[in-house]
Order: sequence, then C-alpha cells, then structure tokens
Amino acid sequence: MTDIPDLAESPTVARIRSWQPAVIAELTSSHGELTVAVAREHLKPLAEFLATDPGLAFTYLSDVTGLDRFPIEPRFELNYHLLSLSRREPLRLRVRLQGADPVIDSVVPVWPTANWHEREIFDLFGIRFEGHPNLRRMLLPDDWEGYPLRKDYPVEGPR
Amino acid sequence: MTIVQTATGPAETMVLNMGPQHPSTHGVLRVLLELDGETVVKADVDIGYLHTGIEKTAEALTYSQTITITDRMDYLAPLSNNLAYCLAVEKLLGLEVPKRAQYIRVLLTELTRIGSHLVWLGTHAIDLGAMSVFLYCFREREELLKIFELVSGQRMMTSYFRIGGIALEPPAGWTDRVQTILRTFPSRFDEYEELLTKNRIWLARTQGVGVLRAEDAIALGVSGPALRAAGVDYDVRKYFPYSSYDEFDFQVPVRNEADCYARYLCRVAEMRESLKIVAQALEKVPSEGPIKADAPGIVPPQREKMKTEMEALIYHFKIFTEGFAPPPGEVYQRIESPRGELGCFLASDGSPKPYRMHMRAPSFVNLQALQRMVEGRLVADVIACIGTLDIVLGEIDR
Repeated sequence: MTDIPDLAESPTVARIRSWQPAVIAELTSSHGELTVAVAREHLKPLAEFLATDPGLAFTYLSDVTGLDRFPIEPRFELNYHLLSLSRREPLRLRVRLQGADPVIDSVVPVWPTANWHEREIFDLFGIRFEGHPNLRRMLLPDDWEGYPLRKDYPVEGPR
Repeated sequence: MTIVQTATGPAETMVLNMGPQHPSTHGVLRVLLELDGETVVKADVDIGYLHTGIEKTAEALTYSQTITITDRMDYLAPLSNNLAYCLAVEKLLGLEVPKRAQYIRVLLTELTRIGSHLVWLGTHAIDLGAMSVFLYCFREREELLKIFELVSGQRMMTSYFRIGGIALEPPAGWTDRVQTILRTFPSRFDEYEELLTKNRIWLARTQGVGVLRAEDAIALGVSGPALRAAGVDYDVRKYFPYSSYDEFDFQVPVRNEADCYARYLCRVAEMRESLKIVAQALEKVPSEGPIKADAPGIVPPQREKMKTEMEALIYHFKIFTEGFAPPPGEVYQRIESPRGELGCFLASDGSPKPYRMHMRAPSFVNLQALQRMVEGRLVADVIACIGTLDIVLGEIDR
C-alpha cells in the first residue's frame, strides 16, 4: 500500500490559517484527500478567499454534494469539491447545517457553476441557498412534495 | 415575455418549446427558447425527465450491487461509470488492484471512449445534416460492442468491473479482436475527417458557433473536450492519474478557438489517442495473472476454491448475503469520462451499503453552458450547441 500523505500540514492549510486563524473548525486528511470544515457563516468569505487568492487559486468548483446524517445533528452536510487548475491541487470544503434550519449562503457569485448543483441539492434535500438566482426544483416536478434524498424518505412505496 | 425591437417596430418574443421529445436533444431534454424571429433571446433548460433516483437506490443496495446501476447513468460509456465507482470504493477500502486488471480496465475504458465519441460524432453530424457519417460511426461502434459482449456478455450495460478488479477472465482470442480494431479504425477515422473536416457546410455550421471561452468555461465548471477546446488542458488522466494511466504515453488534444469546430477536432483527435493507449495496453497486459485483488471478505474467492475449500465457501456466503463494510469515511474519485470530469463521491458509515453515493456528472455541469452559448444565435445553432456539448440525459438526471 503506497504511503498516503498527511495533508494537515500542507501549505494550503497554512495559507488559510494565515488569512484567518480560527476559520477552520475541523481538518481531516484521509485517503489522500484534505477536508476543511468550517462554520456556516464562514463559508462564503472563505470561498471568496480560496477562489481569488493568487497563491491558492481554487477557481474550479467540481461538485457540491449534500448528505443527510439523520438522526444525528447537525443533520445536513455540504461538501464542496474544489480544484486549483494552475496548481493541480484538490480540496474539499465542508459545512454542517442543523436540521431545523437548513439555510446557507449561495456560492454562485464565487463559482457560477454552483447554480445547478445548489438547485439539485435544494430539490432533493430541501436545503435553501440564500442569494441563489433561481432556486426552484429541477429534477422533480415543480409541485412535488418532500425531499427524496433525506434519510426519512422511503426508497420505494407510498409514504 | 420581453419586448424586442424589430425592423417593423417593437414586438413580443415568442417562447418555443424544444423537446423533451425531439430527435436532436439527445435524450429527454427540454429547452424553452425565447425567440425574436429566429434569434434566441434566452434559452431555459428544463431537465429531470429521466430522473430515476439512482443515488437513492444506491443507498439500498450493497456496494457490489451498486455497480449494476452505475452503468445506466452515462449509458454511452458504461464502463467509465463502472470505473469511477469501483475506483472510489477501492479508495475507501485502500484496496490495491492487480496490474493485469488495471491494464485491462484501461484498455476497455479507452475502447469505451472511442465508442462514446463515435455516437457523439454520428449524432452531431446527422443533426447538422450529414447522414452518412451516422451510419459509418455506428458501423464501427458495432465492432466495439461485439468486443464488450465477448468479454462481459453484454453489449452496453456491461458491469464488467468489480471491486478489486474485473468480473471475468477475458476469453481466449479477445486480443485478436482488439488487434483488428487497431488495424481498421485509423483509416475509418480518416474517412470521417475526409467527409467533414474541410466540408464547407460543416465549417459553416460549426465554426464560430457556440463559442465558450476559457474564463466562462472554468466559471461554469465545464470539463472535457468542451474545456480543452477553449485552451485549458485539464484532463483527469494527466492531472490525477488513476488505474496506471501514468504508465501510458498519450497526448491530450487542446485547441484555442473554443467553438463547435474546435470541439469536433478535439474529440476526433482524442479517438486517435485512445487507439494509441489501447495499443500500449494490449502490449502491457500479461496473458496470465490475477484479475481480482486478493482480499478475502471483500473480493469473492475463485469458484473452484469456493467449491473445495471451507473458508472460501464461508467468505463467498458472507460476501453475497451480508456484503462487506468499508470503514467510515468519504472519498471523491475523479476520472476522465468521454464527457469530462466524472466524479464519484462515496460516503460510508461502516455498513455494507453506501451511505451516500453521488456521481458528479460532466454532462450535468456542461449543460449549464448551453444558455451562454446560444444567446443571440439562431435556432439552428441551438442544435449544433447541444450536439457539441455531448450530453447524455442519463447522467444529467440520474
């Protein structure tokens, strides 16, 4: 098995810390992937920093993924998969939201590609993105009730 | 409805519905075109007609069973989906796949890339009026489907890759079939180029059409040939090599014009590069060797062992009744599918079923660019732009 580097001491983490020391709530390095978890209110400022700082240049947002950890709280988890094309470095940004109040700022102003990802997460999880230009259902019909990817929504059968 | 200025005074725009049933939307895609005469003022994309809840279904299947539903997403490149998913699970498990299986995976994935690009070329050309190209491309693709059927028993939904390797030992003589492909395809690609590359109608329909510059492409998360035609050389096989791709010698075609024609040239060049990779893989693949990793409890034992050894029988039983449970954690595995960056996000909670499986579908993200590409252009260009993005609704809607 090849050595998997511990990314917790990487220059990227150091740069984030030098920008704002207390912004990182949790740091995980596993399977060769670095995950930076932040509190909800820090997501948008950190996103702007990561995208615009020339030393980091995380200009490419590959994916936004939602997760429902029901019945554990904080219930919802959002994972932003970033990529710095110039430095060929990936990064995962993670935010956790309480089930009672699943709202967060949209990152569409930072990465326009987030538009459809956030819509899909709203459609399937019911997480709302403040400031999204067009937050409405996408894959399911407009009048659908419920959020299928939540864990308390059945795989099949009547509800 | 907006008011636009026309030659005869102000007029209202008209909203025309394109799809979801339409021969040129490449699936069940609905585009609401707000038109001023023949010019598109705004294009609104409506998807979801093929949503079957694949990600939700994956949470109810074991890790091995989920392989079978991944085929159905990007159904023109099923082996790519299998690869992304299997690599993600193997990453989660920390499982090393034997080299022989890795090379066979590369070989078949590149054949899949050629097959997918053949469908793209055929359908894109026929949308723009070149009907013969469609028939020629599908004639070639038939040979590829025969190879997939030979090794896996299935023409399309192969599910040939497994956690830890590949499903079955390829039958004797399969390498000869691949050799035939390597011998015959290059001249066929030349035929397509002869029909299209300098064709005045083709040039008129594709040059300068659907321009998507690098800044817009990166901001919109576009990947694959659409991004490389804009001058950005992002190819996951080069940036984050997987499955031994770093041992292969191949180029990544990049162009600068960022229009439909540039994307066409990129994809045709990619087909030729894929043939190179297939030729190298054919030389690298040992004629014998393990096709699955040796990981009792995760990878099922060989059938002969299962029938004669008690331990193997117990492992077989446990794997197929309970499944195996990776340690809790999350991974995101990227691969380069024919359409761009195909990502598989997998979260495990220590149970035998995926806690969350999400596929980052390149077509889903690339389709966002359509609105930018068609604004101010003619309806006919919408057809060219949808074709040039090479979308598959199966992976868009999941």
